[in-house]
Amino acid sequence: MPPSEHELRLRERLSRLRNMPLLGGAKLSGELERLQRQLDRMGEEPTDEEIWRSVELARNEKRPYTLDYVERLLDDWFELHGDRGRADDKAMVAGLGKLDGRTVALVGQQKGRDIQERAERRFGMSNPEGYLKAMRVMELANRLGFPVISLVDTPGAYPGVAAEQHGQGGTIAASQAVMARLTVPTVACVIGEGGSGGAIAIALADRVLMQEHAIYSVISPEGCAMILWRDAGEAKKAAAAFKPDAAHCLELGVIDGIVPEPPGGAHKDPDEAARLLGDAIREVLDELADVPGDELRRRRRARFRSLGVFA
Amino acid sequence: MAKIDVSVETDDKPVPPPKHPNTCPSCNSHYRDDELEQALWVCSHCGHHFPMRARARIASLADEGSFLEEAADLHSEDPLGFFDLRPYTERLAEAEMKTGLTDAMVIGQASLDGRQCELAIMDFSFMGGSMGSVVGEKFSRACDSAAERGVPLISVTGSGGARMQEGILALMQLPKTVAAIEDLHDSGRAMISVMAHPTTGGVLASFATLGDVLLAEPGALMSFAGPRVVQQLTREKLPDDFGLAEQNLRFGNLDAIVPRPELRPTLSKLLRLFDAPV
Repeated sequence: MPPSEHELRLRERLSRLRNMPLLGGAKLSGELERLQRQLDRMGEEPTDEEIWRSVELARNEKRPYTLDYVERLLDDWFELHGDRGRADDKAMVAGLGKLDGRTVALVGQQKGRDIQERAERRFGMSNPEGYLKAMRVMELANRLGFPVISLVDTPGAYPGVAAEQHGQGGTIAASQAVMARLTVPTVACVIGEGGSGGAIAIALADRVLMQEHAIYSVISPEGCAMILWRDAGEAKKAAAAFKPDAAHCLELGVIDGIVPEPPGGAHKDPDEAARLLGDAIREVLDELADVPGDELRRRRRARFRSLGVFA
Repeated sequence: MAKIDVSVETDDKPVPPPKHPNTCPSCNSHYRDDELEQALWVCSHCGHHFPMRARARIASLADEGSFLEEAADLHSEDPLGFFDLRPYTERLAEAEMKTGLTDAMVIGQASLDGRQCELAIMDFSFMGGSMGSVVGEKFSRACDSAAERGVPLISVTGSGGARMQEGILALMQLPKTVAAIEDLHDSGRAMISVMAHPTTGGVLASFATLGDVLLAEPGALMSFAGPRVVQQLTREKLPDDFGLAEQNLRFGNLDAIVPRPELRPTLSKLLRLFDAPV
């Protein structure tokens, strides 16, 4: 039987991955094995059920959030607050810390644990002030030569009246533009929901990773179902159609690697999840450490400018 | 999941029957095709701006015979095999038939009052002006063409946002166009962005708001999230001018609102200003 088109694509992707320096280390090589297994078992495409399971795991309320990883990965964490103009948006955290003795800047959305914190942090949906805070901290890192780590976990940017008045769209664009100008190494990882513009605002990085059960999408499954099926209840169908899971994002070249999670998902063992995430981030930062800044920037722009499928 | 409750106050009003495309939605004046074309699709009674097609826009801005289209043969593919109520490929074919375009953006070289520029013009009638891989690639090439020739880029947008049928690749067109503009800016060239109704979602959150000068047409909706989404989530009563160009001007998100008949002279002036030796 001739191999299916999908199998060919997966094989091609696999061979590209094998040649990637990123996969030299243990953790992401583990991912390579996983991909190989997936290929072996044929019908390797994640099923609609598996995709939906990732949607549920990505949104699991016990899933580790940005600050859970900060606590486990960074020493001397010092959170920086405020956009220096209007507000301190608690949906976005930003700060400095030490990763293996080197100073890094970290930005990321933060959902809340209990009802009160969730309201305060608006479930990780940033206002323009949150992106402005992230931008100023990334620019600070750029001035001082610190690598930037970005952890993406948001259903999307906050859709509010004030958010629009204060230029939500323009701020998301400006934040991407800041990232396209940085001359320090940058790594982004989607650790839960990578929701649309709210996610990409802090994800224009040299290397983009996703945790195994994270999702990354142009619109929420419910939003897509509402528009195309006129029924938010069709979210499962929508997710199956636009495939927000990590395996598909890897296949499309949108991400560079998948960070494994402990069995059952990151929430089952946050310490192990943090260790795996830390390993992946270290590997990327080591790989990028010796690349000159303008070369990093050139490659980063070229990476994103190559994305898309057309004839 | 339960259906989203949409029973917010203003949604209870009965929906009026759809109007003829040549009938002004705000004052009900009706026009013949040639009258509208003559008036640049602006209602001569109340000033309402009807949607303007990409080819007509180019004809209204470029010097006669100066437009040289680029990347005209780019076509969308269907990377996800996307199927909602109908296959994406079918929607694409239908949009092509309806609009005579291959996707929602037309790019090319032009001159305006004798000054060279690059145009990137969107067409809302092609799948709601949604941005997928072809729009992203065309915009990216327009930036390169402008940089290579050392001329400013003028974009005119009309878009509902990213094209859902291309999934995550549609989202990736945001950073793609942003990176292209950064390359253009590094070459020392300017971009002028004109936002027509509507410029929302992913197009607003990427290249449309990164121009060196930001213009909008009167009454253009320029919001990241649509009014319905905002109302459903926040349950706030929306201001009457929610997300409109007028509100954006007041809040400092725009340089100017330019009525369509004044757009060409305005752009001409800006090209004169940008036409400095480098």
